[in-house]
Amino acid sequence: MDLTLKVWRQAGPDAEGRMQSYEAPGVSPEMSFLEMLDVVNERLEINGEEPIVFDHDCREGICGACSLMIDGVAHGPQAATTACQLHMRHFKDGDEVTIEPWRSAAFPVLKDLMVDRSAFDRIIQAGGYISINTGSAPDANEVLVPKVDADQAFEAAACIGCGACVAQCPNGAAQLFTSAKISHLGLVPQGQPERELRVISMVAQMEDEAFGSCTNHRECEAVCPKEISIDFIARMNRDYLKARTTSRSK
Amino acid sequence: MRLNAKVPSGPIEQKWDRHRFDLKLVNPANKRKFNIIMVGTGLAGGSAAATLAELGYNVKAFCFQDSPRRAHSIAAQGGINAAKNYQNDGDSVFRLFYDTVKGGDYRSREANVHRLAQVSVNIIDQCAAQGVPFAREYGGTLDNRSFGGAQVSRTFYSRGQTGQQLLLGAYQALERQIAAGKVTMYPRTEMLDVVLVDGRARGIVTRDLVTGEISSHAADAVVLATGGYSNVFFLSTNAMNCNATAIWRAHRRGAHFANPCFTQIHPTCIPVSGDYQSKLTLMSESLRNDGRIWVPKEKGDKRPANQIPEAERDYYLERKYPSFGNLVPRDVASRNAKDVCDEGRGVGPTGLGVYLDFSEAIGRLGKKAISERYGNLFEMYEKITGEDPYEVPMRIYPALHYTMGGLWVDYNLMTSIDGLYAIGEANFSDHGANRLGASALMQGLADGYFVLPYTIGDYLSQHMGEKITTDHEAFVATEAAVKERTEKLLATNGTRTVDSFHRELGKLMWDHCGMARNEAGLKSALEKIPALEEEFWRDVKVVGSSDGVNQSLEKAGRVADFFELARLMCYDALERSESCGGHFREESQTPEGEALRKDDEFSYVSAWGYNQDGEPQLTKEDLEFEYVKLTQRSYK
Ligand SMILES: Cc1cc2nc3c(=O)[nH]c(=O)nc-3n(C[C@H](O)[C@H](O)[C@H](O)COP(=O)(O)OP(=O)(O)OC[C@H]3O[C@@H](n4cnc5c(N)ncnc54)[C@H](O)[C@@H]3O)c2cc1C
Ligand code: SF4
Ligand code: FES
Repeated sequence: MDLTLKVWRQAGPDAEGRMQSYEAPGVSPEMSFLEMLDVVNERLEINGEEPIVFDHDCREGICGACSLMIDGVAHGPQAATTACQLHMRHFKDGDEVTIEPWRSAAFPVLKDLMVDRSAFDRIIQAGGYISINTGSAPDANEVLVPKVDADQAFEAAACIGCGACVAQCPNGAAQLFTSAKISHLGLVPQGQPERELRVISMVAQMEDEAFGSCTNHRECEAVCPKEISIDFIARMNRDYLKARTTSRSK
Repeated sequence: MRLNAKVPSGPIEQKWDRHRFDLKLVNPANKRKFNIIMVGTGLAGGSAAATLAELGYNVKAFCFQDSPRRAHSIAAQGGINAAKNYQNDGDSVFRLFYDTVKGGDYRSREANVHRLAQVSVNIIDQCAAQGVPFAREYGGTLDNRSFGGAQVSRTFYSRGQTGQQLLLGAYQALERQIAAGKVTMYPRTEMLDVVLVDGRARGIVTRDLVTGEISSHAADAVVLATGGYSNVFFLSTNAMNCNATAIWRAHRRGAHFANPCFTQIHPTCIPVSGDYQSKLTLMSESLRNDGRIWVPKEKGDKRPANQIPEAERDYYLERKYPSFGNLVPRDVASRNAKDVCDEGRGVGPTGLGVYLDFSEAIGRLGKKAISERYGNLFEMYEKITGEDPYEVPMRIYPALHYTMGGLWVDYNLMTSIDGLYAIGEANFSDHGANRLGASALMQGLADGYFVLPYTIGDYLSQHMGEKITTDHEAFVATEAAVKERTEKLLATNGTRTVDSFHRELGKLMWDHCGMARNEAGLKSALEKIPALEEEFWRDVKVVGSSDGVNQSLEKAGRVADFFELARLMCYDALERSESCGGHFREESQTPEGEALRKDDEFSYVSAWGYNQDGEPQLTKEDLEFEYVKLTQRSYK
């Protein structure tokens, strides 16, 4: 099939960007979306033009590096699928496809389709961990974790930190990402001692970054490739209120 | 040249404890006076950086991804082994040790493997305490499964995402130390050389992948935790950016490279679909528990699978290995798939594939049971191929997956350069000629949480107060060399893309140094690789400049190193004219076509030294087996 791509090109963080058209002839339905871009890029290079820059690594939907807005949807048209796992059989001959970076004040563009997501790391630094030094752990079976809790914690921990939730949110809010980590750690017994402190400081960090606030559009859940549930946001809000009303962590 | 492995004396089960007692310590107040550079923050580097910082050292950590959470370790699916014996099925430290040495086809160092088995139990404790959501029983205890043909259930797992959950545990511990100011993290930064002063590793030279800036960093010791080199083959199950640059640059500066030809091929990957293919996807080994592997009996039979009657199918593994059937080890399954495809009986559009058929299991257990076991894998397969494995058999083919070889290290995990350490997949240490399933995660975390943080103190304590800054001439010279190389890649301005060279190199390696190797093939590869390399330096086209993001430039530097490593792999494969583990030399097989080890001749580690002007120099570290009895494998 032959496609036309409209791609965001931006030379650097401070440069002005613009959409540019590229022809992508002879695309095979078996290709992944990123392989289609590889082919376009090789052609650009042969012609002496700079290839389109985009983040990617595992190409298996797990590292969270790929981050493309495809026709206005974070990670593109297939539900529960990262851009790297999207295949060209979901497109048809003659389609025009727009490809843009994540657009969010908290994720500045570095070049073309590559953005800076270090704000997510700083949210984790604020308390997205359990404070346990190496060597001081008790035997793993000494702390029992009910299977339902372990399973639910896993559902939350499955977040890949891609940022699609923020990119799709009309407010650019990071509630889904932040609540996923708070819920993961809040659901297991090992995470209880720091539970209140954690929610207070992670939410504070989230608010310090350039993320917007959550007004329940639910767009995040719809595009999340790992189907992280917005129930975790409700859970985070409950934890937050509770933590604010107890005196210990004020 | 002799390499001293520094294995402590005494009975094997006491070696590590005694050694820990003998190691010199750095007193707590002095730890903050030492700076350690950690290159790579996957499972090995992330866990090591966090632990060293907890101990009080200052750590500078580097990775090329935008966040340490994205290291390739994230992709591991199956699980992590540990000798906890929670299932009461007869497991023990000694059994895990024994299985690992045997599984490695007797080409690993006993003392290291025993230590690995010992600390495996601490890893699970540590990870559970970090909140890693391992699979649990209803009673709340940890669940285990049996993996990769082991006869005990010792594998801990988090659904099909064990690597992700373990890495996030290490990443969170690391972020905690970053917040505490003990670790300075340099993401999107690539190490391009090590800096040696008076024969000791004293720092590195890096390129900032966003600004393009080349800079130097000085330290008291340098640790490489940069992962494996499967991407020499272009197509592998590794992430796109995995590379060998860090360990190769260290090798060029004097670190010995051990057993480079020991590579592991995984039998169950999704086959290549076309020339544009950029990487291969692993389908979990567990599928072989219920799937039956077959090809048509007739050559060139192009009928769809469901039109080939039962009598015209060859379930070749069940036929040849009646007792293990579809569950033979990875290397045996892989080689047999290659053989039937070479005979012209392969399936799918390229003829490089075999069927993995679930129809019998679905008939026996029902679609629901199969979907509970493998639902997510079936979905992933359908996403990639567009075919529904409940209806048509999966197609699979072997692919490069893991590299047992790596930088030579002694018992302390120090390379043959003083003050330079290698941990995780980057070193050669524990897996011999073949790695067992679920043992790489174990080794990475053993090295990072429990071994390196002790052993490095012994070295540092002997080098108190030897300060150095990046003004030193060694840094200036190394930086200049790095810049010159970068400029050279940009200035060539030829006609071929980096990927086109990489693809061609990968094909050469797959054909001549892949699943089966022979003298003639290796010799021809040793002629073709330098020719291609010469063409690369003459005709590669890297567009853009060295200021700012330039992904083609990044790739070009990595591929340039892959050429040199590929040659070393072929030398090593040629020199080792026995078959062992993942290394199958066609000249060394039993009458039944199975791998034939030659213990009298080859019970050694091949540690290669770099030689700028000629053939690499081989140093042998002899292996002695006091606790494990050597036997030839048989799966008949
Ligand atoms: C698909 C797949 C599934 C697997 N499943 C399992 C499993 O179930 N069980 C198991 O035990 N093992 C499994 N393995 C193997 C295991 O995942 C790896 O061996 C292990 O994770 C390697 O960890 P590491 O820390 O050594 O390296 P990596 O995780 O690869 O980390 C390397 C780090 O080094 C950095 N780096 C590299 N080069 C440079 C440089 N020049 N400059 C700066 N930074 C650099 C990277 O940014 C990264 O942070 C699997 C492997 C694959 C491919
Ligand atoms: S919550 Fe979902 S969309 Fe947001 S970062 Fe995590 S995986 Fe990505
Ligand atoms: S490239 Fe890793 S999730 Fe897409």
